[in-house]
Amino acid sequence: MSTITLKVNGAAHTVDVEPMTPLLYVLRNDLGLRGPRFGCGLGQCGACTVIINGVATRSCVTPAGNVRNEVTTLEGIAINGKLHPLQQAWIDEQVPQCGFCQNGQIMTAKALLDRNPHPTDAQIREGMSRTLCRCMTYYRIQAAIKRVVKEVA
Amino acid sequence: MSSRRDFLKTSGALIVSFSAVRIAAPLEAAWQAPQTAGPYPDPDFRQLDAWIVVHQDNTATFYVGKTDCGQGTGTAFRQMMCDELDIAYDKTTCVMGSTDTTVDQGGSGGSDAIQTDGWPMRRVAAEARRVLLEMASTRFGVPVDALAVSAGVITVKADPAKRVTYGELIGGKQFHVALTGKDIDATTGRAAVKPVQDLKLVGQSPQRYDIPAKVDGSLTWAVDVKLPNMVHARNVKPPVAGAKLVSIDESSVRGLPGFVKVVSKGNYVAVVCEREEQVINAAKRLKVNWEKPAAAPFPASEDLFKYMRRATPTSSPTPTIIGKPDTAFDSAAKVIEAEYDVPFQGHTAFGPAHATADPSNGQMTVYSNDMKSYGMRNGIAAFLDMPRDRVRVIWMEGPQGYGRTAADDAGFEAAYLAKELGRPVRVQWMRNEETAWDTKAPAFACTLRGALDGDGNLVAFDYLARAADYNHVGYNEPDTVLIAQLMGTRRAKPAAGSASMPGEMYAIPNRRMAMQVVGLPLAWETPVRTGNLRDPNGPQATFASESFIDELAAAANADPVAFRLKLLTASTADDGGFKRARSIAVVKAAADAYGWDARPSPKPAGGGNILTGRGIAYAFRNQTVVAEIAEVEVNRTTGHVWVKRLVCAHDCGLVINPEALRHTIECGMLHGLSRALHEEVQFDAEKVTSVDWISSPTLSYADTPEKIDVVLVNGDPHPQRPDLPPYGAGETICKPMIAAVANAIFDATGVRLRRVPFRDARVLAALKAGARSSQHV
Repeated sequence: MSTITLKVNGAAHTVDVEPMTPLLYVLRNDLGLRGPRFGCGLGQCGACTVIINGVATRSCVTPAGNVRNEVTTLEGIAINGKLHPLQQAWIDEQVPQCGFCQNGQIMTAKALLDRNPHPTDAQIREGMSRTLCRCMTYYRIQAAIKRVVKEVA
Repeated sequence: MSSRRDFLKTSGALIVSFSAVRIAAPLEAAWQAPQTAGPYPDPDFRQLDAWIVVHQDNTATFYVGKTDCGQGTGTAFRQMMCDELDIAYDKTTCVMGSTDTTVDQGGSGGSDAIQTDGWPMRRVAAEARRVLLEMASTRFGVPVDALAVSAGVITVKADPAKRVTYGELIGGKQFHVALTGKDIDATTGRAAVKPVQDLKLVGQSPQRYDIPAKVDGSLTWAVDVKLPNMVHARNVKPPVAGAKLVSIDESSVRGLPGFVKVVSKGNYVAVVCEREEQVINAAKRLKVNWEKPAAAPFPASEDLFKYMRRATPTSSPTPTIIGKPDTAFDSAAKVIEAEYDVPFQGHTAFGPAHATADPSNGQMTVYSNDMKSYGMRNGIAAFLDMPRDRVRVIWMEGPQGYGRTAADDAGFEAAYLAKELGRPVRVQWMRNEETAWDTKAPAFACTLRGALDGDGNLVAFDYLARAADYNHVGYNEPDTVLIAQLMGTRRAKPAAGSASMPGEMYAIPNRRMAMQVVGLPLAWETPVRTGNLRDPNGPQATFASESFIDELAAAANADPVAFRLKLLTASTADDGGFKRARSIAVVKAAADAYGWDARPSPKPAGGGNILTGRGIAYAFRNQTVVAEIAEVEVNRTTGHVWVKRLVCAHDCGLVINPEALRHTIECGMLHGLSRALHEEVQFDAEKVTSVDWISSPTLSYADTPEKIDVVLVNGDPHPQRPDLPPYGAGETICKPMIAAVANAIFDATGVRLRRVPFRDARVLAALKAGARSSQHV
């Protein structure tokens, strides 16, 4: 084990883990966060997505010891105590069914819109196509993202 | 809001069945509560207090024995119960699925939540209203019919200044009202439920109460349970189906950080470590010596349908015969025949199986997303040989159910390991285990024949389905869950399994319907094990039958909608739910919503690279009727199919929450689309080779249709007939989609796809073969 310091959602945390430990387990088991979740452990589904340096990052395949920049999780995207516009759109469009994947959907969409506030349909399709949902809420995800894109127009 | 437990403290009444858990916010569930001493006897469904608690602040908590897999059934239960109780929706909460605090209504399954379990919920809420009105009648000294009630406040009609709230009447006290009924489904008090016209919240669409905590990261899921002194476990599964454990070299992991123990019995092997990443590593490194079985456990998936058609059935019931099909075939003007194949398709839940078990105080508390938590409690008690009342299951939210968690392996594993270690244990499967070893929808090999007369009328229909479905896993049974199979705890004979025939309403005078089951060589301890997946055999049987109806329409040179309507209107006989009349209405509604262009399929060939077409399919399940239309774009260079538009006309009788239903229909259709385009369990002759999202592809955002239209027909077309009750809405949606897509691809290309899934390579090969045989393309 060795000491690792992580900045997560604005606060610094020091944990004692093997540096190769995937970030996901540190966030969940040491810091008690519940937004990022285990779906595949292979970086294929997106359930574990966090944002590092503006990039939607799969925390299940990211060694905690390699993380230098601040980590933002679903719990950390509200603005001044108010839900992020994407979170609000997710409620307005009633997007989730079981909801287990929605951390990945929202965080992936956030990184996409932060980079490009006015994506085309094709860019949304490309940006969201590797974040899976087995309840198949894609049609509502599409509506929620478009709602936010329209709001910032 | 005060809780049931607080109330018990203040009232001094000790009802042990209610004392186990403090429920503050239902979605936070009970896991934060300290382990109580137990035992945990069943809540008594014949006591009104088991169902409804009214608090002093004039709010109420409903306790129901169901689970919500994300379709909003909890919201719908609240709507129905609020209507009967006459209380505002936002003054209520709903607690579901925990075996020590809610009566056993079976959890989820069979789309029966509203249709079956909604009735006792409505009746007990009506009874609570009746009792409260009688209490107010006594208080004010006026008869009940001199009282009015609205939003939990009772007033004297003649003197509205005289008012009392439900909370003032009963808050902090128990009803002590006995209910009757031979079983939980029949539970009733003396009050009658309201006529449908008096229901106010029913038919509206309050937002689902479970969604906010799912988008802000605040929900505590079953995967999030953490208990003092808890350890983590992972399984080590046989590398080859049917392999026998020879030996374990524990020294291969003993020195690893956090190592606690290797547990094994029979062919079941698990590793336990202090931390999650430690046990994942240890499970990978544990050296286990396995002996391969002498015979291949199954044919490779590429040989599956050949195997299924040659195999001797394990069951072959007498076919259903109507009319004289043989005579009709002999004298027909035209006979066509086709074979349809649907491979095994997995549940492939988005999150792998998981559970946490706590053995403290000689009890066993299991925290689980099992959709049938009550069955899991019974199963685990039997599996561990513990008294039922020392075992409880706390239901919490988890990834997509649809049948996988009705036979939940991880809960049994966690409980077994917790008992072995005497410590709380959290178990989670890895992705490769879940995809390879979860329960599968049976593979189907269907052979259909149809006969047309000289006028293009369908005069005979012959349906034969063979399902690979021997040893179908039951609901949380202690001798069929995987850990039991691996440990060698199994029943004498595997479950028989079943095939399915299309539930068609078509008026075909001569029919033969035959259903047979075949088994694979390895029945036990196999990753190719069948279980119930969302309308278990419906999509397979309907793919065959509704594709074939389309083939017959094409052979008769008839429009696919007109051909179906002709078959539906050829008879006037109908059942108590007017299913035939409603089927006609639903097929017409779908065609109208789509803007159906009546003509025979296929469409005249276009010249470009993208071919477009539309297809319809129709089905019902019990009394819920659905017609779906898919519009496709087929890329003739790549074989890629994009379903650009979907339409669904849906009639499930009374609709409780239209928006939640629309969402369920959208997602159900897309689940069907995923099965149509992508999903197949592949295996070689030793093991399943579909192990992750690359080797087991699923629908993605890239496949999302541009437009989905849902029409809630919800109506018997006959104005003189009474209102329909609510019928199970969900699973029917899954039936027609594969056929609708296949029919649309035929319309676009003239090529008929008879083997699922329609992955690019298969479609491209079919297009090329179609071109070679100078078909339409």
